[in-house]
Amino acid sequence: MLEIKDVSRRFDSFVALDRVNLTIAAGEFFTLLGPSGCGKTTLLRMIAGFDQPDDGDILLDGRSLIATPPEQRPLHTIFQNYALFPHMTVAENIAFPLRMAGCAREEIAGRVARALEDVRLPDKGRHYPDALSGGQKQRIAIARALVNRPRLLLLDEPLSALDAKLREQMQLELITLQKEVGITFIYVTHDQGEALALSHRIAVMNGGHIVQVDEPSRLYGFPNSRFVADFIGHCNLLGGVVTAVQTGDATVELDGLGTVQTVIQPAAGVAVGRRCTLTLRPEKTHISTTLTPGEEAAHFRGVVHDMLYLGDVTVYKVELANGMIVEALLANSAPGRARFFEVGDAVEVAWRLDAGHLVME
Amino acid sequence: MRRKTWRRQLLTLPPTGYLLLFFAVPSIIMLFASFRYAGEYGGLAPWYYYEAGEFSLDLTLENWQRLFESEIYLLLFLKSIGYALLTSLLCILLGYPLALMIARRPKRQRDLLLLLVILPFWSNFLVRIYAWMIIFSPAGALTQMVNGLLGLFGLGPVTLMYSTTAVIVTLVYVHLPFMVLPLYANLEKQSPALLDAAQDLGANSWRRFWHVTWPLSLPGIYAGSILVFIPVLGMFAIPDLLGGTDSIMIANVIKQQFVESRDWPFGSVLSMVMTVAAVLVVLLGARLARQGVARG
Repeated sequence: MLEIKDVSRRFDSFVALDRVNLTIAAGEFFTLLGPSGCGKTTLLRMIAGFDQPDDGDILLDGRSLIATPPEQRPLHTIFQNYALFPHMTVAENIAFPLRMAGCAREEIAGRVARALEDVRLPDKGRHYPDALSGGQKQRIAIARALVNRPRLLLLDEPLSALDAKLREQMQLELITLQKEVGITFIYVTHDQGEALALSHRIAVMNGGHIVQVDEPSRLYGFPNSRFVADFIGHCNLLGGVVTAVQTGDATVELDGLGTVQTVIQPAAGVAVGRRCTLTLRPEKTHISTTLTPGEEAAHFRGVVHDMLYLGDVTVYKVELANGMIVEALLANSAPGRARFFEVGDAVEVAWRLDAGHLVME
Repeated sequence: MRRKTWRRQLLTLPPTGYLLLFFAVPSIIMLFASFRYAGEYGGLAPWYYYEAGEFSLDLTLENWQRLFESEIYLLLFLKSIGYALLTSLLCILLGYPLALMIARRPKRQRDLLLLLVILPFWSNFLVRIYAWMIIFSPAGALTQMVNGLLGLFGLGPVTLMYSTTAVIVTLVYVHLPFMVLPLYANLEKQSPALLDAAQDLGANSWRRFWHVTWPLSLPGIYAGSILVFIPVLGMFAIPDLLGGTDSIMIANVIKQQFVESRDWPFGSVLSMVMTVAAVLVVLLGARLARQGVARG
């Protein structure tokens, strides 16, 4: 539906986007995720029409959008601070795109009323935006952007101004809303948790490039690079060299630790002698006081260096023999949990053969 | 809570004192003077007599009656208000594009352009008026140019000096910065995101201006209009120096009462009327501006 073809953008000597290619399907909830300065907002502004690519093309249903000014593109944007018109009532705000499109007065009234009901604020029409809470403003901005049924909705970090509780609630609402209206959402955020929770697919961006495009669970489970592994969730990154490759698994010599076996994905480009990083999620990293032979593929001795009690889980930071700190997550609900570890305890860090994911450098 | 109000009162003390001392007290003196008799050689006659142990007030309503005896004063008031309105309007027409242009420039250019707007304030007011006298003089460049243009259409030469046109042009020139500065302050702080949003929602550049920039700038327009309207209402130097006999304003008459006619009480009557008119305009403007601010 939306195709981004070889799009580049330079600001003086700074390359904001470097030959970006993306295809976004109709009805998709697609997220551009990356640290600030990665080019995600530039890309969004280009889709909206506020910026022009130096090279490349942006196509909607096969037709180029480049020559179309923002006001004529069949898409709307939710801005970071909502950008509600302060001199207009909520109803006038929502009516704005309809008025610009030249709808009849009676039709506008009906559609505004319906839009207000859709965002469950039916009695706020006469209020001014100033009188609304952050979450309400957010909903009005969404109502305003959806009232004349755009093909695409662009959302530029729309939840960043809300507090954590409200943000979670709005995330759920966005998911429901997107499902209901069936409009393609392109969502920009630097918050990986938000991206994982909301999206059908995520494009992870860094330094003007797209690093990986995938579904949230695949992105989390099978990052294609150290960057993605580190950026999405927490991750232990253990550097090493591949020493042997077998069918389905490989042997890796981890720097200063020793050899481990690990499962490899087909087509991961694993080859003997290459430098690699074993990415290991803290929840798949086990710690215990005693050696538990059996399923675990790797065991290393360490000392509890730090711990963070988070209520549902406790994060242990364990210092290994090579001085590296490894995070391990222990659910506090685990049945038969013998005891908490304390800082300074000697522990055993272990993980299963299929716990790690190998990325090449 | 109590401490806070106490502090707030302390903070408002200097402006309150200033207003009392320089506005309320003089106004009361003027109001009082408007009920007194003129002194024989100017000034004011005593307001009471104390003769043979008897105390008598010597106040009168004559001065106020005189205001209504002839319609000339009412007409002059209306004309002055007309001049002030016209000047404000012309200042909006000229100042709005200027303020908007400056506000949309990069930050560094803005400061320079603003400096240029207020640069005339660095020279003396009268010097600037005399400069206009040169420009308007029959041999002046402007007059020559206008008459040259008129000549092309076979129209007779005109004199610009000592005319209402000269008065209005100079009033606008002198007061334009008072319109530009508050307008600029308003336009500069308008969020560009609102224009992006308007464009995103389908508004072309004209509609973005008309539906977003303009309504949000109304408080700036009210503020600027007050700042232009009030000094123009009290202006006498410009009509004196550049105006003809038909372009005198009410302030000229007030000045005449105090200086030439030496009729302070009647001058006070006219001053009071003008003060009340000015206060009403300020109240109206402040009310409109506050409504705008409450939403903006």
